[in-house]
Amino acid sequence: MPDPTLRVENLVTAFHTRNGTLRAVDGVSFEVGRGKVLGLVGESGSGKSVTGFSIMGLVDPPGRIDGGRILFQGRDLVGLPEEEMRALRGSRIAMIFQDPMMTLNPVLRIDTQMIEAVKAHHPAIGDDEARSRARDALAQVGIPSPEARLKAYPHQFSGGMRQRVAIATALLNKPDLIIADEPTTALDVTIQGQILFEVQKLCRQTGTALIWITHDLSVVASLADEICVMYAGKIVEQGSVDDVLDRPTHPYTHGLLRSVPSANPRGQPLRQIPGMTPSLLSLPSGCAFRLRCERATGECVQVPEMTAPMAGRRVRCFHPLLSTVPV
Amino acid sequence: MTVFIIRRLMQTAVVLAVMSLLVFVGVFAIGDPTAILVSPDSDQIERDRAIAALGLDKPLWEQYLYFLYGAFRGDLGKSFVFNMPALQLIMQRLPATLELAFAALVIALVAGIPLGMYAGYRPESPVSKTIMAGSILGFSLPTFWVGLMMIMVFAVQLGWLPSTGRGQVGTIFGITTSLVTLDGLAHVLLPAVNLALLKLSLVCRLARAGMRENLLMDYVKFARAKGLSARRVVLVHVFKNILIPLVTVTGLELGNLIAFSVVTETVFAWPGMGKLIIDSINNLDRPVIVAYLLVTVSMFVFINLAVDILYSILDPRVRLAEAKG
Ligand SMILES: Nc1ncnc2c1ncn2[C@@H]1O[C@H](COP(=O)(O)OP(=O)(O)O)[C@@H](O)[C@H]1O
Ligand SMILES: [Mg+2]
Repeated sequence: MPDPTLRVENLVTAFHTRNGTLRAVDGVSFEVGRGKVLGLVGESGSGKSVTGFSIMGLVDPPGRIDGGRILFQGRDLVGLPEEEMRALRGSRIAMIFQDPMMTLNPVLRIDTQMIEAVKAHHPAIGDDEARSRARDALAQVGIPSPEARLKAYPHQFSGGMRQRVAIATALLNKPDLIIADEPTTALDVTIQGQILFEVQKLCRQTGTALIWITHDLSVVASLADEICVMYAGKIVEQGSVDDVLDRPTHPYTHGLLRSVPSANPRGQPLRQIPGMTPSLLSLPSGCAFRLRCERATGECVQVPEMTAPMAGRRVRCFHPLLSTVPV
Repeated sequence: MTVFIIRRLMQTAVVLAVMSLLVFVGVFAIGDPTAILVSPDSDQIERDRAIAALGLDKPLWEQYLYFLYGAFRGDLGKSFVFNMPALQLIMQRLPATLELAFAALVIALVAGIPLGMYAGYRPESPVSKTIMAGSILGFSLPTFWVGLMMIMVFAVQLGWLPSTGRGQVGTIFGITTSLVTLDGLAHVLLPAVNLALLKLSLVCRLARAGMRENLLMDYVKFARAKGLSARRVVLVHVFKNILIPLVTVTGLELGNLIAFSVVTETVFAWPGMGKLIIDSINNLDRPVIVAYLLVTVSMFVFINLAVDILYSILDPRVRLAEAKG
């Protein structure tokens, strides 16, 4: 079997702050194959973005990768020299961020920001060729009259259009892997739908692997092949999208699903997960979710191992919901 | 844009009129210039003649109207002391002050921006900490003291540079300046560095703060995610964003440099406007004082206008038409 595009093994990324060490990503493993979409889901603060930045080699100090391997096309990115990492960034691995209002440089024109992305990896390409690639990429993500829009500044675009520009920029060098960090969270629902549809289409066409980070399960449901649910830096449940969403086994996944409007029978109140996401500095011992969990017992003060309760499913819980429980 | 400029010019005219009135009344209130100008042992007739010759026998409002009448024709009156047009007197001294301020500004920017950007890029390094400590000194040491120390070290003890006056001048593009001759540059170096120190510290701190603030922005992370080199991220992406506040402050500070070069000009006996205004205040030479202030304020206004225009070029989000109010 050929290597998957990306295989992450036991990744640990920690922030070494004055107040102690925060393990923002704590032993995370997953893989994504060519043309596949992995949904990385979890509440805010669960370590999704840090996972993405770890793969990009862009974790800000005092953060640092403390363990594990990130195998990109078979090659370990952990500890790769900065210049080799830079050559991969934006070329083989691209990333899109959450807030389209903030990701483009406000004082540089769109063409400057796109052309430099081409030339950073292909110094031999001339300005005209780079510009025409930029124009094609804008057209590809559905921006009307791309030639004229190239000369505009970011503030002349709406939020949705800016995110399309960011996506077009990410697509410029035809990457093998795109990490999309909540790219539609800041946009309204119709635009969110259009962008989801287009990105999915592009990835299927080009065989690009996609990691889609979100806190919104309904987004993942329509997009991903596989899903990883993160809680406090750990993956608590993992499996194919349909399986996990239909029959969640981790109490946290179950709780998340019950708090989504579309999954709920009409007229029933949404049920929130009680309590708040714990701070990484004051995690309870054992299972990080146990204080918010209806099923927790004395056993949960131990750290649960990843188990495989059924084929194609992994869950980190002593008391998974194995009988069919209606969501 | 045109509307914006016309509006600005009208505001300026009002400011200039109000200010000249205040100065008129102010100088009148401080004292009687004839007491200084006319020798004490002259008799009453001589004294009256002198007063009449200067137009000081008329009531103040009439003097002011007469001044306004002249001002509209570009005549700001004659200096009581030098007996030559005040404006001409100032214009003679202006180039020396301008070149000093310009040299100081260039030093402040050329040294301050790179130092500040480095200190912001590597805040923990010993070099950065030294730079920041130096900038605190630049802020807190008094200009005249630093000036005197510089004269003592570089002119008296080491004998490297001249300590007083303006050097040989040359002409370039029809402008007469000492910045184009070696002797001129040697003369301008000490006073320009002296005048620059405070601004250098300010520019350095601004550049550092801008650097640190911008490095945390998402656009920097996105630029890095595109695979740009650290060099391009800092020198193009961050630098362009830092320039915006720097231009604003630089513009305001250029006006300050010109107006408050008084201390440096005095310490280094630099023959500029600052020295002239001090002498004129001592002599209650009203036309020169008024003319000096009018020229300085006009310069401030002009610089601010230039800054606003430059600002709109640097920051595409600013459009002057919107900035009318
Ligand atoms: N620059 C940083 N310094 C210290 N801690 C950080 C930093 N960035 C992230 N963290 C920690 O990592 C945790 C996970 O953050 P993140 O990956 O951004 O969560 P999310 O799942 O919302 O994307 C946060 O709760 C925070 O404690
Ligand atoms: Mg995030």
